[in-house]
Parts: sequence; structure tokens; C-alpha cells
Amino acid sequence: MSIITKLALAAGLATALSSGALAQDISGKVVGFSQIGSESGWRAAETSVTKQQAEERGVDLKFADAQQKQENQIKAIRGFIAQGVDAILVAPVVATGWDDVLQEAKEAEIPVVLLDRGVEAPEDLYLTSVASDQVKEGRVAGQWLVDNVGSEDCKVVELQGTVGSSPAINRKKGFEEAIAGHDNITIARSQTGDFTRSKGKEVMEGFIKAENGGADICAVYAHNDDMAVGAIQAIKDAGLKPGTDIKVVSIDGVPDIFQAIAAGEANATVELTPNMAGPAFDALAAYWADGTEPEKFIITESKLYTAADDPEGEYERRKGLGY
Amino acid sequence: MTRRMLGRLANPQLLALVGVLLINWLLFPSFFRVTWQDGRLFGSVIDVLNRGAPVAILSIGMVGVIATKGVDLSVGAVMAVAGAVAASLVVAGYPAPVAVIAALLVGLLCGLWNGFLVAVLDIQPIVATLVLMVAGRGIAQLITQGFIVTFNDPLLIFIGTGSFLGLPMATVIALVLLVLVTLLVRKTAIGLFIEAVGVNRAAASLAGIRSRMLLILVYALSGLCAAIAGIIVAGDIRGADANNAGLWLELDAILAVVIGGTSLLGGRFSVPLAVVGALIIQAMNTGILVSGFPPEFNLIVKAGMIILILLIQSPLATRIAPRRPQRARIGVQRTAK
Repeated sequence: MSIITKLALAAGLATALSSGALAQDISGKVVGFSQIGSESGWRAAETSVTKQQAEERGVDLKFADAQQKQENQIKAIRGFIAQGVDAILVAPVVATGWDDVLQEAKEAEIPVVLLDRGVEAPEDLYLTSVASDQVKEGRVAGQWLVDNVGSEDCKVVELQGTVGSSPAINRKKGFEEAIAGHDNITIARSQTGDFTRSKGKEVMEGFIKAENGGADICAVYAHNDDMAVGAIQAIKDAGLKPGTDIKVVSIDGVPDIFQAIAAGEANATVELTPNMAGPAFDALAAYWADGTEPEKFIITESKLYTAADDPEGEYERRKGLGY
Repeated sequence: MTRRMLGRLANPQLLALVGVLLINWLLFPSFFRVTWQDGRLFGSVIDVLNRGAPVAILSIGMVGVIATKGVDLSVGAVMAVAGAVAASLVVAGYPAPVAVIAALLVGLLCGLWNGFLVAVLDIQPIVATLVLMVAGRGIAQLITQGFIVTFNDPLLIFIGTGSFLGLPMATVIALVLLVLVTLLVRKTAIGLFIEAVGVNRAAASLAGIRSRMLLILVYALSGLCAAIAGIIVAGDIRGADANNAGLWLELDAILAVVIGGTSLLGGRFSVPLAVVGALIIQAMNTGILVSGFPPEFNLIVKAGMIILILLIQSPLATRIAPRRPQRARIGVQRTAK
């Protein structure tokens, strides 16, 4: 069951049970949000989308930036508990060391929702966690390629994220799952581009030289959009047409890739939605309305965007979010 | 004369570079194939020259600093600052030459700051430049406000990706800098002064060298070189990435200088060999890319090669297989050329 149907069902159920009143109406509630920091553009976008979502719902959001430090997050959560907020959102910077502070929140009967990263703590200490499924992101990207090359032979080069990082491992795994069983699609080369534009460009230059001046490459799969943007420049420098001669598919959905898609230089991106707070607020609304316990792990949608999905509009919508 | 020239060429750095290139060729047979495409040379060797240029430029600045027994850890961050300044100014509508000059001046200023801390306040170089290494990236992020500032300015893009006589612009800039700085330190007394200060600053001062001015000069040059590299890197991706531009490149630059045979204890130094060191590092990087090794091996392969190269240069290796037996026999210590 997809997350959308799950959410729709949950919302529908809640509405049915709550004697006609809008279950989603959580205006006036006070919610504390302990954010990791602003280490990446995506993180900044998550912060602005969370603030937007809170405003739309009339929630009074108390925001705390932890500047990448767990001690700051624990302090912020204790502060929220002392203020007696109605709920706490946490994007945990590390996985361990949360048991005590989560226990304190539980004793104060304040529901805690984890955003985009999990923790190693007993599951009864938090209400739910909202996160993307990185394996699924890779799978969606791979599926797009499978659907688009048909039965033609297709040599793919892969730009991996930082070696050993969980998005790199999982996005690689998902892509390989999707192309498994399609023997015409093979990963010819795979190297790390460290999630950056310049490394993505440099690695792609190497791949083009190694694969007969790029003539043998059918598609490039990048674990994030920034590397794809770098790869697009390398393809252009080699005198080839990105998007046509070499297909470009990547993950994240940052504004610049939508510009590239609009220009026909990239083909598809899988969105890592910065809207983790929306599902979190929905789960909280249902919980407050009638005590509905949400699923322990809410998985956000990994939506595929191509040239058919109004890339210009998506670019306009995203460019102000802080990516 | 010819024999002396050949002797000069047969130094371990150039041999290592040739060795690495040969290994690349064995792993990837068309490594040396260079074609002419869109008015420029195109091939893996050209990639080595192009991609190696930023670190080569950093090492040209770094070698002077290290020769004075110092080190400049801030160059990576200064690259990010310079790129951020150049990108932000062109995006704000200033003409590109103004943006480039401003970025260079900011780099120079960063270098002067380091020089001031080291030479005037007598702070240890590693600590003094650590300040800017940490703060610089923060400054760059402040300038770009955390965004990757992208631009379409033709001049900046030309500096990053253009070509001159078929060679990548970055390579040409590195080459010009190499020649200028080499002439500066070898055709004037400045090189000797740097070595004197590096060996013994107090003695050099007593001998009449204005060591304070000299230290400020070498750090300023390092900052300027970092700014040039920063502009190139920003132009290359058509954007200033404050988080990642120049990240860890200070370590590559120090490594290039060390591979080039310059001692971290100061004194003897060679600018061209530091550039050869940078090319060795890049030849390994490019080789790994075209060879098809899984990325998990990147760092191990690099580390193994570097240990090998440093071993070849070590005094131990010289004892086992003397490179210049006639000198070793009469016991003359190798000194600066």
C-alpha cells in the first residue's frame, strides 16, 4: 500500500470517527522542532518547508537549530518539555544516546516524531518516524531507465555518493534491484563523486574517456542531482548532448536539476521530499483527534519527475526554499 | 652539460610521474590517446593536466610557505572564499574583471592575515592558518548564504573551462604561475632568503634578511595562489560551492610539496618539483577513474602509491641504491640547486 493511500485512509478514518469536526484542524497547537542544522541545501529546504507546513496548519512552531550537535538537540528538547509544548519534532543528528531525553518527553506525555533519520531507542519512546526510503529512491530511478530503454542494449555509468555513506549504499542497491532481470542494461562503470558537482564532473570526464569518448555510454545514474549537474557539463565538454546522447537520471530534486530537465539536458530526477513535517503533522492530528497510533515508520513518497512534470514550475516552486 | 641535464631529469619525482603514467597506460591502453575536438585537445592526459592544475597552483604557493618551516592549512578555505566572492559579485551584476580582481584581492588579504599572525604575532603557522581554515569556510558560506551560487558569466567560465592554444585554461594559468614564481625565487635572491629563513630564522635575521617581510610575502603569495585556484574551480562548475570547493585540497597541496622533495622542516625547496608532485597525485586520481577499480579501493591505492613514492625518496633508499654515487662517495650532502 503506498503511503498516499495509507495517509488517505488514516485521514478518512479519523474524519469518520471525529463526529464531523475536521480532524486535521490542529491550529493553536504548539510544536517544538529541533533541527540538526543547515549543513546542506536540502536541510535548509526541510527547515523552510516545515515552517510553511506549520503556518498552513496554524501551528505555533518553536524552531531550534542544533548546529550539528546532539547536546544542543537534547538541550532544545528539554527546553520544549519545560515549556510544555504539545508535540516535538526531532531530526536526530546521530542514532544513539536519545533514550533518556525521549523518556523524559514520554513521562511529560509529549509525543515525539522523528524526521528523516531514525534512532536506536525503544520504539515506544516516540510516536512515529517520517523518512524517505533510500533503496526505493534508487529503485524508482532504475525503473525509469528500464521503462525508457526498452530492449536496447544500455551501458550505464554510475556516480556514487560518498563511499560508505548510507544514501550511497542504499541508492546503489535500489537501482541494481530495478535493473536486475533486464540483461540489456548493465552498469559499466561505477565511481564515487562524493555528492559534489566538481567531483561529479571530473569522474564523468574519466568515464567518457574510458568508454570510447562517451559513444558507448547510454545513460548516467547519479546518486544526487549535484553530481548529475557536474556530469552534464562534462558530457557537453566532450561534444555530446546530455539528455539525448547520454540519458541523465538522478535523485534529490534540487532546483538546478529542474532547470536542466527543462533545458532537455537531464531526463529524470527522483524527489527526496523536504516535506517530512507534513506527514508528521497529519499523524499528530490523527493522534490528537482520537488517539490513533500511527505506523511506527512513515515512508515519504519518492516521486519521479521528468520533462512532462512542468520542470519550470517545479524550479520556481523550489528556488526560494534554501536549496 | 647534457649529462647534467639528464641527471637533473632522472630525479625520483619525475621517475615516479612516469611510473604512474605507465601504470595508467597498462590499466587503460588508450590513456595517452589525445585527439583534437572543438578547438581543444581532448584525452586522459589532458584531464591530468587540467584537473591537476588547482592543486598545482596551490602547491606553488605552499612550497614557499613550507620552505620557511611553515604550513598554510587555509588554502582550501581561501579557495572557497575567493570562488564565493567572484560568483556573488557577477551574480550581483558587477563586471567579471572586477569580480576576478576582487576575488584575487580577498585571497591576497587572507594570505596577508596569515602572514601577520605568523610573522608579527609569532603564532605557530599550523595554528595561525588553522584559524582561517575553519573560519574561511564559514565566511564563504556567509557570502553565498549556503546556496551554490551559479552564474553564466563568460569570463569566469572561460577561466574555469576555456582553452588557450588547445590547452585547458587552468593548465595555462598554472604554467604561467610556475614560470613566474620559479624565476622570482631562482633569478633573484628571494629563494635563498626563503631557504635561509627556513633553516634558521634567527640566524637569517642576524645576517640582515628581513625575515618578517619575507614571511608575510610567502603567505600572501600562498593566499593569492589559493584565490586563483578558487576562481578556476568555481568557473569549472559554473558555481561557487562554499561547502565543497577546495575541501581537503590543502592536504593534497602539502602532499604535492612533500612528494616534490621539499622538507617540512624548511630550507631546501623546489617549485617545479612540487608541481610534478601535484601531477603525480592527479595522475593517480585520473588513473583510478579510467581503470575501473571499485571506489572502495581509491584511498588504499592512493595511499599505497604515495608510501612507495616517499620510500623511493627516503634516505634509506638512497643508501641502498645510491642515486648519485659520485656525490655519496665523497660525502657531500645534497644541497639546494
